[in-house]
Amino acid sequence: MTVKDWFKQRKEMQIARRTQETPVDDSIGKLWVKCYSCDAQLLRKDVEENLEVCPKCGYHFRINARTRIHQLFDEGSFQELFGNITTADPLEFTDTEAYKKRIVQAKAKTNMNEAVVSGVGKIEGHEVAAAVMDFEFMGGSMGSVVGEKVTLAMEEALKRKIPMIAITASGGARMQESILSLMQMAKTSCAVAKLNEAGLLYITVLTEPTFGGVTASFATLGDIIIAEQDARIGFAGRRVIEQTIRQNLPADFQTANYLMKFGQIDMISSRADLKSTIAKLISLHTK
Amino acid sequence: MAILEFEKPLYEIEEKIKELKKISESSGMDVSDQVELFEKQALEYKNELYSNLTPAQRLQIARHSERPTFLDYVKLMTTDFIELHGDREGTDDRAIIGGVAKMGDQNVMIIGTQKGKSTKENLIYNFGMPQPQGYRKALRLFYHANKFNMPIVTLIDTPGAYPGIKAEETAQGTAIAVNLREMAKLGVPIIAVITGEGCSGGALGLAVADKVLMLEHSYYTVISPEGCASILWRDASKAGVAAEALKITSEDLLGLEIIDGIVKEPLGGAHNDYEMIGKNLQEAILKSINELKGTAPDKLKEERYNKFRRMGVFCQ
Repeated sequence: MTVKDWFKQRKEMQIARRTQETPVDDSIGKLWVKCYSCDAQLLRKDVEENLEVCPKCGYHFRINARTRIHQLFDEGSFQELFGNITTADPLEFTDTEAYKKRIVQAKAKTNMNEAVVSGVGKIEGHEVAAAVMDFEFMGGSMGSVVGEKVTLAMEEALKRKIPMIAITASGGARMQESILSLMQMAKTSCAVAKLNEAGLLYITVLTEPTFGGVTASFATLGDIIIAEQDARIGFAGRRVIEQTIRQNLPADFQTANYLMKFGQIDMISSRADLKSTIAKLISLHTK
Repeated sequence: MAILEFEKPLYEIEEKIKELKKISESSGMDVSDQVELFEKQALEYKNELYSNLTPAQRLQIARHSERPTFLDYVKLMTTDFIELHGDREGTDDRAIIGGVAKMGDQNVMIIGTQKGKSTKENLIYNFGMPQPQGYRKALRLFYHANKFNMPIVTLIDTPGAYPGIKAEETAQGTAIAVNLREMAKLGVPIIAVITGEGCSGGALGLAVADKVLMLEHSYYTVISPEGCASILWRDASKAGVAAEALKITSEDLLGLEIIDGIVKEPLGGAHNDYEMIGKNLQEAILKSINELKGTAPDKLKEERYNKFRRMGVFCQ
């Protein structure tokens, strides 16, 4: 390599770094991770032991559904339900790649069936039905399977007369299922209507990130809406809004604090407090 | 009338026929046989053209600048319309308009998204893109209709709920979500019609209905083909391909059992004959209302729930 090449390569790397979107790489197995917020070099093990929160600055890393369930439910109490429901490709959708292939890749990458895990479990002894979304599986997008499993979890709550907890992490609708994914918004929201009419407590926890069709349906319909610290939550994406209005957006736009300021959520919870907060809320709503 | 790109050959034939007639008038030559032949050919061509439109071409008809708007339909289909303004919380969003009216002999609550036909009008109506306050106004009118046992008719023609700072600050997502949930609780018949663009949650926020109808050339989708193309193909010019892949036409959605019926449009689209589309749509809406009118509120709700409960395709 000539000196000229070396400079060229360095320049290209610098450009690439600048133009990349916020890199959120939570892949396990690395010994060291870098905090996206404070840039500290952290031992993977330390982060893990701290509920995937940066021990230096308190930044909350994204976590997948399995980790969430492990953190939130009493040990061994969570029982997955409806895991047999899997993705079809009703529209035989192909963009730059076939939807079928994308599903195969997502399954391999995440070792999950789909972008949500439904089931029943206990939180400090309280039995609840739950739907826990996973952003790693195709951006947590809501297609037929996600809509169905969320609805089934709510129907399970109705059947057992127990509270329902939804933990959201989603970029929005699954475009590859087009209108069928839009209808999942209606389906899940109608199921919330049933929970309301039965007088059952429905708590939603909005985690990083929650957007689009999930925000505009079951996520924001909780009797109590909790946003996890550092979550970004909104309807339209930042880029879409910037392109529409042609102005720069405030730095705290669509953060949990921003939503709190505008009265859209009941509270912000740190990951460490989440379990006890939910347990307290349930017991305060139980006769 | 604005001519769409793919309509140009047809327009040229029609111009030639006009020219021929003019020549024959001025010269006294009898060319009626030729004119008749040309007119027959033009009609054949027209029929063929409009029955073989691609989704991208139909998209252009759905977005035609002279397509009837909500207020046109109100004028065409109802009498005694009285607009009910405002969300009672500080705003009267103009992108969603609603009020009470008589359709045939039937009192109805009619609500819809309003687009403009000129830039000036579009600035007033925000291009048919509602703010959260528009959805909240609609919700207030839903409750009103429920209280006075009035069927609800919603007409939808929107490129989507408005993506803006104020909209996010005042909870666009929540406003739509609440409508979806509350529409499930109403005990009166709800008829929703996609009259032009039915884009995403912004359309669905008025469409959790017992009967969902579409005008022949309207489209209904989770995301605009342009938006989909720029995200999945990373190329907005692939909108035509995305329009195919997304299955957005009225026939596609009837096939997928998402909608309950298609209302036929005049040849070439609704803008060619306001009277006719008004009559066709009114007939379809009144037919749906009559089918549902006798149903007990609880049964109505249950059937509405089951209708949306069934939607979705997966393996088990």
